Amino acid sequence: MNKIRLESLGNWLEERLGWRALEELAAKKDVPQHRHSIWYYFGGMTLFLFMIQVGTGIMLLLYYRPSAENAFESVQFIVTEVEFGWLIRSVHSWSANLMVAAAFIHMFSALFLRSFRRPRELTWVSGVLLFFLALGFGFSGYLLPWNKLAFFATKVGTDIAGAVPFIGDFLLRFLRGGEEVTGATLTRFFGFHVAVLPAITTVLLALHLYLVQKHGMSVPPSVDEAEVKRMKFVPDFLLRDLVGWLAAVAVLAALAAIFPWELGEKADPFAPAPEGIKPEWYFMFMFQSLKYIPAKVAGIDGEILGILFFGVLGALLIATPFLSSEERRGRTDWLRLIGVVSIIYILVLTALGYLS
Amino acid sequence: MWHLILSLFLLSALQPGPVGSRSTCVRCHQEFDGNLGEPVQRMAQDIHAAKGLSCHHCHGGDPTLGIETGSMADAKSRARGFIGRPANRSIAALCASCHSKPEYMRTYNPQARVDQHSEYLTSVHGKKNQAGDTQAATCTSCHGAHGVLSSKNPTSPVYATNVAQTCAACHADPERMKPYGIPTNQLELYKKSVHGIALIEKRDISAPTCNDCHGNHGAVPPGVDSVANVCSQCHVSQWDQFNLSPHREAFAANGFPACATCHEHHEIAPTSDDMIGVEDPAVCITCHAEGDAGYVAAKGMKDGIVRLKTHLDAAHDLLVRAERAGMEVSRPIYSLSEGRDRLVRARVEIHRLDEAVLAKLLEEGHAIAAQADQDGQKAMDELAFRRKGLAISSGILVVMIGLLIAKIRQRKTEAAE
Repeated sequence: MNKIRLESLGNWLEERLGWRALEELAAKKDVPQHRHSIWYYFGGMTLFLFMIQVGTGIMLLLYYRPSAENAFESVQFIVTEVEFGWLIRSVHSWSANLMVAAAFIHMFSALFLRSFRRPRELTWVSGVLLFFLALGFGFSGYLLPWNKLAFFATKVGTDIAGAVPFIGDFLLRFLRGGEEVTGATLTRFFGFHVAVLPAITTVLLALHLYLVQKHGMSVPPSVDEAEVKRMKFVPDFLLRDLVGWLAAVAVLAALAAIFPWELGEKADPFAPAPEGIKPEWYFMFMFQSLKYIPAKVAGIDGEILGILFFGVLGALLIATPFLSSEERRGRTDWLRLIGVVSIIYILVLTALGYLS
Repeated sequence: MWHLILSLFLLSALQPGPVGSRSTCVRCHQEFDGNLGEPVQRMAQDIHAAKGLSCHHCHGGDPTLGIETGSMADAKSRARGFIGRPANRSIAALCASCHSKPEYMRTYNPQARVDQHSEYLTSVHGKKNQAGDTQAATCTSCHGAHGVLSSKNPTSPVYATNVAQTCAACHADPERMKPYGIPTNQLELYKKSVHGIALIEKRDISAPTCNDCHGNHGAVPPGVDSVANVCSQCHVSQWDQFNLSPHREAFAANGFPACATCHEHHEIAPTSDDMIGVEDPAVCITCHAEGDAGYVAAKGMKDGIVRLKTHLDAAHDLLVRAERAGMEVSRPIYSLSEGRDRLVRARVEIHRLDEAVLAKLLEEGHAIAAQADQDGQKAMDELAFRRKGLAISSGILVVMIGLLIAKIRQRKTEAAE
């Protein structure tokens, strides 16, 4: 009886939505199996952690109050008074960091495996833009608890944005909502974090996922495509994805319970800056690089030069599919070399940032 | 060569006053070594020289003239007001000829004091000096004669951190103090005191030094009656409480100085709860013996203070343990500071010796500590709950992962078959 009812409901929906197309898509979709297949899971992991961010973020929104007077107290209320508020807040903070880490790995694996080759150029471009958006989420979200460290880190971060040639002054005022980091900055960052960035992300993510579905998973040029086996996405790949996601949930739960995300002291704009202000770990290599650049290089302000350097790097990263040539035996693989050097540079500078 | 460099330096440093090339005093004295040359060398950093004053403003004479001994045209002519080295007794009056003139001093510093001389005349130093005692300190004894620095200059002998050493230059000299029959160990004692440690070791210039208690220009040893007036300039609450206590009359009747009886004077040790009670080193047992009311009260107060301190410490330790485990307890920790405040107030209240008032403060302190205890315990319980929750959820997740892996293997086997 129930089966008949479900079937008729299914037919009713099919007539109106055509949802069985998805069923067909799922049945058709498969994933190549080769020695580099492990890297395919990091895209799904990034997406899963993003969905956790959306879920926990919405829950935090129910209690969070975005003003200089109330922000800190509302987060304090969340972690002390709200049932499981501590868990939601800690998971949101830890998951954000794991998501950026997963996105880093996903992006570099796509780079080394040359997944951006024709016709997947736009998949790469949308992915890199999504990565930049994730950093934007991190930067804007860091200020929201309105604690001392976040306040001064935002001050330093927006100061750097203010040094950008030509548009620096505008950018600084645009980000801060005035000359200084104030309650206006907090409101603005809240707006970016919960409205502007999510809107742009939704569009880009939809495009990125659509392109992944359209072109399928890329097989690296180093693998002979004729010898590649295929694995059904549903249920085989999905089952393996689920193992990773459940493991991620276990790690998040352990981190939240054993190392709850610290709240610190409420921001005081009139207090002196605490010693050793450090940005989030994913900005550390850039922050540390700016410290090493001399004040003046050939008459140009060192900080401006550093910003320009990272700006150009970002642009090159986006344009990678249009700049890189086909891999050929016997020729130096410049892309791999640049990728390896970049990873070593990021790791060394990040370590130096924490050790100094 | 050295003289030439010094001359050029002085020329640039001492302009536009007449100390430079136009000054006969400088032109001659810069040629000397030792005592005669030293004034010129030291004037390079003197605050008076920096303001455009020169030798003749204190010593008289006319620096625009040359040296023609015995003539009116001589720079050092008595007829032109030259006084040479001022007599020890007249130094204070000489300095006062400018420093006691409000209309003159105002032109340099609208906030400058002009009462130093009148104060000095009331001081022991001033009285002895006026009586012809050349050993008694006068202005130059502390400030120096040439090379006088602003008292705000950290290298000045009268800058806060240097005052004790400056006073000790005379007061720690047994030979010099012998005629006056006063001790010479004040600096030694002061250096060990809470005030001396704060000022000399920790460079806290808000800590008192000799002149803060004895006065500077009007320096006198505070008498038995006025010791408390000196201490109460900073320790206001303790003094107010002491005035309400039975000790006030008892001390006065026995000729005991109010504060110094328990706290000493130059060697004022940092206070601690050990100072009260009936066990060594408590000061109460200096006068009170077992069986008298003061002995019982001292024991009660000590026990009350120690109990509250122990309670507050225990609550604090519990909250710190919770905080280190990652629990958010900043509000209870802040509230506990109110309990610390009650403890501090109770320690001040000791000076009043009113058991009822003390008991009320202690009770309030215990209530705050009990609340903090409760908050700390709640945080620790929550922590235990989280750990249990983590263990259970991890178990469930591990089982689910195991089931998924089993399913994956099963499908692999099916595909292989």
